[in-house]
Amino acid sequence: MLKAYMILSIILFSIGVIGLISRRNIIVIYMSIELLLNAVNLSLIAISGDIGNASGHVMSLMIIAIAASEAALFMSLFVVLFRKKGSLDANIFDILGNKDD
Amino acid sequence: MTNNILLNILLLAPLTSALLIFLLNISRRYTKQTLYTLLALSGSGLSAMIALYISYTSYFEQKLFVSNLFTWLNIGDFTIEVTLKADALSSFMLLFVAPVSFLIHIYATGYMDKDKSYGRFFTYFNLFIFFMFLLVLADNPIIMFVGWEGVGLISYLLIGFYFDDIQNTYAGNKAFIVNRVGDFGFLSALMLLFVEIGHGGFSYDAIFFNLSLIDTPMLSLIALLLFVGAMGKSAQLPLFVWLPDAMAGPTPVSALIHAATMVTAGIYMVARFAPLYNIASDVSLFIAYIGGLSALFAAIVATRQYDIKKILAYSTISQLGFMFMALGVGAYSTALFHMFTHAFFKGLLFMGAGAIIVAFGHKQDIRELRGIRRSVPTIFIMMLIGSLTISAIPPLSAFFSKDAIMGILYASDHLDLFFIALLSSLFTVFYMFRMIFVLFFSENTTEPSKNSVKSMNYPMAILTLLSVFAGMLNLPEIFGGNLMMSSWLDLADKHFVFSHANEIFLMSVNTILICFILYYAYKRYAYKDTILKESTTGLVANKFYIDALYQLIIVKPLYALSFFFDRKISHDLIDTSINSMALNYKKLGKLFAFFENGNVRFYALYMLIGLVLGFIYLFLLLKAML
Repeated sequence: MLKAYMILSIILFSIGVIGLISRRNIIVIYMSIELLLNAVNLSLIAISGDIGNASGHVMSLMIIAIAASEAALFMSLFVVLFRKKGSLDANIFDILGNKDD
Repeated sequence: MTNNILLNILLLAPLTSALLIFLLNISRRYTKQTLYTLLALSGSGLSAMIALYISYTSYFEQKLFVSNLFTWLNIGDFTIEVTLKADALSSFMLLFVAPVSFLIHIYATGYMDKDKSYGRFFTYFNLFIFFMFLLVLADNPIIMFVGWEGVGLISYLLIGFYFDDIQNTYAGNKAFIVNRVGDFGFLSALMLLFVEIGHGGFSYDAIFFNLSLIDTPMLSLIALLLFVGAMGKSAQLPLFVWLPDAMAGPTPVSALIHAATMVTAGIYMVARFAPLYNIASDVSLFIAYIGGLSALFAAIVATRQYDIKKILAYSTISQLGFMFMALGVGAYSTALFHMFTHAFFKGLLFMGAGAIIVAFGHKQDIRELRGIRRSVPTIFIMMLIGSLTISAIPPLSAFFSKDAIMGILYASDHLDLFFIALLSSLFTVFYMFRMIFVLFFSENTTEPSKNSVKSMNYPMAILTLLSVFAGMLNLPEIFGGNLMMSSWLDLADKHFVFSHANEIFLMSVNTILICFILYYAYKRYAYKDTILKESTTGLVANKFYIDALYQLIIVKPLYALSFFFDRKISHDLIDTSINSMALNYKKLGKLFAFFENGNVRFYALYMLIGLVLGFIYLFLLLKAML
């Protein structure tokens, strides 16, 4: 049974990663990040249930709480970014790089 | 105590005035020419007076002046003291160096009048006196070497004085580089001396005291290397090439540095090391032959020169050759006596040449300066006396000094040297009177552009008197003299038996031959235009192709080598490889800049790749462990 959960978790994680690096819309990127978190949550809970230890459950609860607060942060970030450039295309926000050349 | 101070003032007066003139000159403030003149003349005049006093006391009271300035080096038990010592030889050098310097300073104030580099000129000129005194007064060879290099430097600076003409700079470079060859010899000799007997102290006295500790071959090598130094400085074959070119400098420079004083440093050095050369008799003979060859060679070349100053330059080489001949056979004080008279008459001749050059708007070619007797009568008289002196007409000073050399050569059983000397002496008469007759006894072709300057005439008059009467200092016995100078100098002279009858016979034959040559030169050049018909091709007119030979075997290969290293090695190999390295780094940087584009999604991808690689590594590690 654990194997099925783990495979699902890996599939979810991979979908999240591919979404993270291939999509340009920041909201979709955010959703991919949530997907990554949930893939990890799933694997934590599955392993925790399998070995009969509750600490995995506790950890995933914490992660859910953090993800919730993160969601609030992201929402406000979207608003700010959109106000700045009038778009949420991730390629526009590349001021980390050198703009000279 | 006061004697120390006198010696110090003698040395420091020219240095101080040089420093003051230098400071005034670089301050870029407007300074009156009179102030420069005053400073320059006070520096050299003061030292000239002290020098006369010192040589006077040394001559009449045999007094030794010593001044310990400071300790320069103190390594283990080896010390180099900066000590000034005016023994008989040094005082003798002072006797003509300082007054001639002073007179030429006065002359130079007229010659350099209104020159835009007046201050710079006198800075160098005063500094020259300082270095010359250091050379002469040093009591060990190392301090002497400092002075030696110093005068070489000033010579370089003054030859290239008018540096806006690149040819003058080249002439200065040539002088400096050729002298380097000689200095290399001098320096190696000092090093060998140091290795051999440096432990016993390095003052002249200590060196001569320990000479017997050196093996004979090593001693000969040292003597030879020292002479290489003298060869460079005194412009002897084969290192003479710089002196004719050195005439590019202003004429007072040629008179003071390249005729009267600096070029005689080689003679002084050989005379100073007389005890060494007395032991190394092979080297002494070599010196004599080099001197003879130089004397003859330069005298022959001078017969086909047209530049007044070049004629005089070759004549200087020739006269220095005479001195080396005398040094070589061991007659040191005779050589020094000729150097003494030479300083006066050659200084006088150069001053006359300079006066003519100034009067005729910087023309130097005797073919353009024919028949100027009526325009410059005073210069004519003085030049005539100078030329008669250098030709050794009795009873002018060079008659005594040159005939003394001839007599010694005759008495020393080197008849070949004697005939070389006789021949050069006759050539000397010929080229000097070729110049005189062309300059003064021809149809007038040119008019002076400027009248003679008084400050140039007075020093010339004094030098004329000196070149007439300086021979009295060392009158030989047959004229009722008693060789006062030789006994004063008290050098390690070799003595030759020489009967008075022979001496008188030699003198009269010599004088008759000289008069004959004089008459021949008169017939050939006076009131004729023979000078214009002389061809400028041939061996003699091209200075025996020595310059061309040096150009071919030394300068050209060296230049080609430098060109090769510059173009091929430095430029093509090193520069190109460094440049290509830089170019490739730039390309590589562009590649990485593409990845580092500031887009966070790409960074996430890289992180992912890193993670995957990390996991693969861990997986392989685990597999290996299991």
